[in-house]
Amino acid sequence: MGQVVIASRLSDGIVVFLAKASAESVEWALQLEDAEVAADDARANEMLGFGEADIASRNKVMDPYLIDVEEQGGQLRPTKYREAIRCFGPTIRTDLGKQAEGPEA
Amino acid sequence: MYHYDEYDHALVQDRVAQFRRQVERRIAGELTEEQFRPLRLMNGLYLQLHAYMLRVAIPYGTLNSPQMRKLAYIARRYDKGYGHFTTRQNLQYNWPKLEETPDILAELAEVEMHAIQTSGNCIRNTTSDQYAGAAKGEIEDPRVWCEIIRQWSTLHPEFSFLPRKFKIAVTGCDDDRAAVKVHDIGLIMKRGEGGEAGFEVIVGGGLGRTAFIGKTIRDFLGKEDLLSYLEAILRTYNQLGRRDNKYKARIKVTVHETGIEEFRNLVEEEWRAIKDSSLKLPKEEIDRIAKHFEPPAFRVLEDEAPDVDARMKSDPGFAAWVHHNCVDHKIAGYEIANISLKPVGQPPGDATADQMDAVADLAEEFSFGELRVTHSQNLVLPHVERAQLPALYDKLAKHALASPNVGLLSDIICCPGLDYCALANARSIPIATRITERFASQERLDMIGEMQIKISGCINACGHHHVGHIGILGVDRKGEEHYQIQLGGDASENAALGKILGRGFSADEVVDIVEKIVDIYLEIREDGERFIDTYRRVGQSPFKEKVYGTA
Repeated sequence: MGQVVIASRLSDGIVVFLAKASAESVEWALQLEDAEVAADDARANEMLGFGEADIASRNKVMDPYLIDVEEQGGQLRPTKYREAIRCFGPTIRTDLGKQAEGPEA
Repeated sequence: MYHYDEYDHALVQDRVAQFRRQVERRIAGELTEEQFRPLRLMNGLYLQLHAYMLRVAIPYGTLNSPQMRKLAYIARRYDKGYGHFTTRQNLQYNWPKLEETPDILAELAEVEMHAIQTSGNCIRNTTSDQYAGAAKGEIEDPRVWCEIIRQWSTLHPEFSFLPRKFKIAVTGCDDDRAAVKVHDIGLIMKRGEGGEAGFEVIVGGGLGRTAFIGKTIRDFLGKEDLLSYLEAILRTYNQLGRRDNKYKARIKVTVHETGIEEFRNLVEEEWRAIKDSSLKLPKEEIDRIAKHFEPPAFRVLEDEAPDVDARMKSDPGFAAWVHHNCVDHKIAGYEIANISLKPVGQPPGDATADQMDAVADLAEEFSFGELRVTHSQNLVLPHVERAQLPALYDKLAKHALASPNVGLLSDIICCPGLDYCALANARSIPIATRITERFASQERLDMIGEMQIKISGCINACGHHHVGHIGILGVDRKGEEHYQIQLGGDASENAALGKILGRGFSADEVVDIVEKIVDIYLEIREDGERFIDTYRRVGQSPFKEKVYGTA
């Protein structure tokens, strides 16, 4: 369906997603549902570029890369199981990670 | 146990201060992630799938009650209330914050602990027999030698940038509980012709991408020559070890490619040049370190404990726990009590902060305040009076720490796998928990007897799958988690590498396959045969036939 920029927050290593990206401003979100989904490769690469520029200028985030996502039952989900585990949390401790936290976490 | 002197304290505290400044510079943007990564790794701080991970060294798996309480406190205050004991006798926190890591390291320094050399291409934490100082038939307490190696190898300038990481294990017994033959260097204490204690030196063992059983490079090495000989091996490796290919850089590949004869000649030549240098250990220095490991004040006790025997007769749960988790101690009237961190359906090796506190208290009450961590991810109270076993068992049970399964099928070694680890290709913990659920019946576990299942979520083999009686390796096959099965591995003094059974299985299939393998063993075993004995007698064919329907 599309691509999302995933990264880690510098201060605690927590997974973040690129939510808004333009030459003027970049915002990161903690939940996949708040991520901007790039519909094509051109926008995806542009988003990655904005994310990298934000890292260089503001230094709040690290290790950004693109992942494929699709919609399943009205919810965004990475297509690869590795990225799904990153997005939701350890499968053997559902009390931990993003799966256990509200959108405000 | 060993206590820091002023040099140790200063070294660890200096390192905390240095790392605090490095973290500040990283957060201020003065260091890029690329520049910072090697610095944080030198302090045990990794970046994993969900967060940072901090690996804390537990030197040769020995710790005392205040140290365990500190680990519990850190888990509660700085992490999410638990920690993971690893196959290298260390502890990992899965959710520390970068900005708080220097505080965590400062807390650790207060109890003489740190995270130095838990990563990077240096000499890592030396591991040992968890029954050191308590085991029957032990030549000497191997921790004396582990500590001497620790002091020599800590921040060793010549060996801080080796071709690859370097792991040493030491055992003081013929019974090998430290898997010394699958380490870069394995040391087995033995007696020389005149009855003096020394070491058999084994080199070039290892698991990972290319697994090897180590080869004996020297049948007998006198104690005073230990450091000069280790230095000769490390120097030879540092020169010959490949730096062009990360996957061929471990000493096991160097020894394999050079040949053990040639490698031995080079080491011996180097050794002759440094044998009588300042590396030769004076007796006073050995004695000084050994003093730290003097036995606690054991009482003179009867071997018999009628109350314990009576409780065993009336309480099958207690009887199973004594039978599987307790081991004869070298001193009459004492037992070594293993605490299983493998309850049914839980991640192997995880302990909550409350459990760590409970174990710290129990160590003080029952075991002179001493604790051990095992490479099979359990804990040990090394010195418990036999008569106290019922009281200990009842208290362990209150904290869900009395699983009577040490050495049995559900005592699984398992790496964190893709639930946490950035290197993993597949999950390993859910396979372990599902196996323990399938084999939850104690009666069935008892009937199967000694069985070692070891699971790794990638080829790096932190879950030691090569040396499991049944080894399971998770791989990614076309975007699906997939599991290869190996049979016949053994980490003991009879070390052997398992052989791949055949094509792999999906996550859904793998537990059924393990059950099939166990069933065929139960069908064909002879009296008193453990799984590994049966496998050695009959080979792979009967298992292959049953699993794949062909020979």
